[in-house]
Amino acid sequence: MKNLLISSAAALALLAAPAMAAETLKIGMVVTLSGPPGALGNQARDGFQLAMEELDGKIGGMETELILEDDELKADVAQSKARSLVERDDVDFVVGTIFSNMLQAIYKPVISSDTFLISPNAGPSTFAGRNCNPDFFVTSYQNNQNFEVLGKIANEKGYKRVFMLAPNYQAGKDSMAGFKQNYEGEIADEVFTPLGHKDFSAEIARISDSEADALFIFMPGGMGVRFVKQFSASGLADKMAFLSAFTVDETTLPAQKDDAVGMNGATNWAPDLDNEQTKAFVAAFEEKYGYIPGGYAMQAYDTAMLIDSAVSKAGGVEDRDAVRAALKEADFQSLRGDFSFNNNHYPVQDFYLLEVVKRDDGKYHTSIIEKVYDDYADSYAEQCEMGG
Amino acid sequence: MSTTLLLIQLLNGLQLGVLLFLIAAGLTLVFGVMGFINLAHGVQYMIGAYLVVWFYGLTGHFMIALVLAMAVALALGLLLEAFVFSRLYDRDHLDQVLATFGVILFVNQGVKVLWGPTPLTIPAPEILAGTFQLTENLQYPVWRIAIIAIGAAVALLLWFLVTRTRLGMLVRAGASNAEMVGALGVNIRRLFMVVFGFGAMLAGFAGAIAAPIYSVEPGMGDDLLITAFVVIAIGGIGSIRGAFIAALLVGLVDTLGRSAVTDILKLFLEPSAANQIGPALASMAVYVLMAAVLFFRPAGLFPARGAA
Repeated sequence: MKNLLISSAAALALLAAPAMAAETLKIGMVVTLSGPPGALGNQARDGFQLAMEELDGKIGGMETELILEDDELKADVAQSKARSLVERDDVDFVVGTIFSNMLQAIYKPVISSDTFLISPNAGPSTFAGRNCNPDFFVTSYQNNQNFEVLGKIANEKGYKRVFMLAPNYQAGKDSMAGFKQNYEGEIADEVFTPLGHKDFSAEIARISDSEADALFIFMPGGMGVRFVKQFSASGLADKMAFLSAFTVDETTLPAQKDDAVGMNGATNWAPDLDNEQTKAFVAAFEEKYGYIPGGYAMQAYDTAMLIDSAVSKAGGVEDRDAVRAALKEADFQSLRGDFSFNNNHYPVQDFYLLEVVKRDDGKYHTSIIEKVYDDYADSYAEQCEMGG
Repeated sequence: MSTTLLLIQLLNGLQLGVLLFLIAAGLTLVFGVMGFINLAHGVQYMIGAYLVVWFYGLTGHFMIALVLAMAVALALGLLLEAFVFSRLYDRDHLDQVLATFGVILFVNQGVKVLWGPTPLTIPAPEILAGTFQLTENLQYPVWRIAIIAIGAAVALLLWFLVTRTRLGMLVRAGASNAEMVGALGVNIRRLFMVVFGFGAMLAGFAGAIAAPIYSVEPGMGDDLLITAFVVIAIGGIGSIRGAFIAALLVGLVDTLGRSAVTDILKLFLEPSAANQIGPALASMAVYVLMAAVLFFRPAGLFPARGAA
């Protein structure tokens, strides 16, 4: 009986707590930190924490508590961690995830608990169209966009025959569909490899036999490292164009090194984007963490700044409608320069053709060659019924 | 498929087969002689790769790094044998599987702590780093040819050791009937240790020579280990000759299957459907081969003589 009294008292104390809790802003972050894909989540974590540090630990002027969770790239783990964030820790925002399948896992528990969910990387089509949600924002891109951009580049460069290579899972199939949406030339072949493929010699032999003038490739993480190395060793790199997304970036370049120099990619940012905020960000990031930030770090940094702008504007997190409206306005200085949200809360932004370069100090990064799209919106937004 | 493509796929298949053989040789002896299921054998492959990258960073010379890596891989194998595995020989297979699986988790996490989760790479040794022109628009890396040659040399050496030396005789005898060999006054524990250390070193060697082709990352040996078990099942447990032939067979079937299955399906299916089904079927090819071999020869192609 005594225990019951104590726990009731504790429960009452908790009920009285919100007045106090309003002083602290609680943000839960669910990203992949372990295993080889953890390199991506580590970038996102570092980017977010750098932003917090620059804001003196106060996002939106409020004392901020960041709760970091590793989803281990397992759907059940991601879901239970997200659930504990919204139920036990009672966070105001959940920031996550890196991988789209993890986002699918945490989406429901977070959204149904009336918590804002902001994705710093995963941008699946699932929530971009008919199933868009007022409490869900994406600060990266809609997944298909990078591939659509590559399709346009292939047209503009006049590539007549393209060989396509991707891993055999949902994102791999989406990547090919995205590319083909814009690409008008002939497709030499479409080849799917198993996920986590080790030896690309069979595929490389087929590529060399295909008489294609460009290769479209989506090989994230360690697969990209192995492919680039073997592709370069085969001597094909000098003979055909290399159009990639998520295959040569700041997370894989430390391993790919010289083999990747000159290869092309397409995305929304590169560390040498010509604006003041990017210069300052890259310098501060390298100073603190000792490596060059990629898109994952940039998007997480932008996410923190977005939350900062919204919470400041709404004067706290009490009034959820005000916070939502302020998020939608995206009134912050993005590292990308132009940035706004579409009606489906996915970004409208510029896309660039990138090339891997070696810096004077021997480090590698992607570098912007030219702008491909100005204020590019995704193709699912019109199916979303939220007002502009 | 053109003839050059076929030729290249044959070379690729041989090269994969040789790597599989180096891993399977140790595995089949350990399993055959000691009746010990060592899931952690793939870990030795990974350790070899990490060590060669590490020593290369220290010395800047691939061959020196390779020798050092093999020496340390041997030492680590013997340490694992002395402190962990030797306690498991008398336990049943489930205990062995659980304990060695634990070793996998432990070592995978260990290399992550030491070298980080991102993949590492290492260039091939300078003299063998080039490519040679196979056809007009196709070059083939010299290092892959070197791997095939090295593998064939190691296979010859092993054949000599196993069939022409006293140690090899004891190993063969141990594979047939370990208890009887022990009863005849041979120190079977020491024999186990030598075999184990040698097997660990071979797997480490495989990892080291594979490092310039693949990326070096935590868990890199785990997939190959499964295929290596397929190899020893096909070849016959405890048989070096069986492991060699089965490894080449599996390497060829896997590599040729990956390119041929989709092409064959395209003859009577929509290209997009063939692209979906082909890779799935191709990754089953080696298991189908194993099932077929075991159906006709349940003990594998070359079972150790007299083994139960």
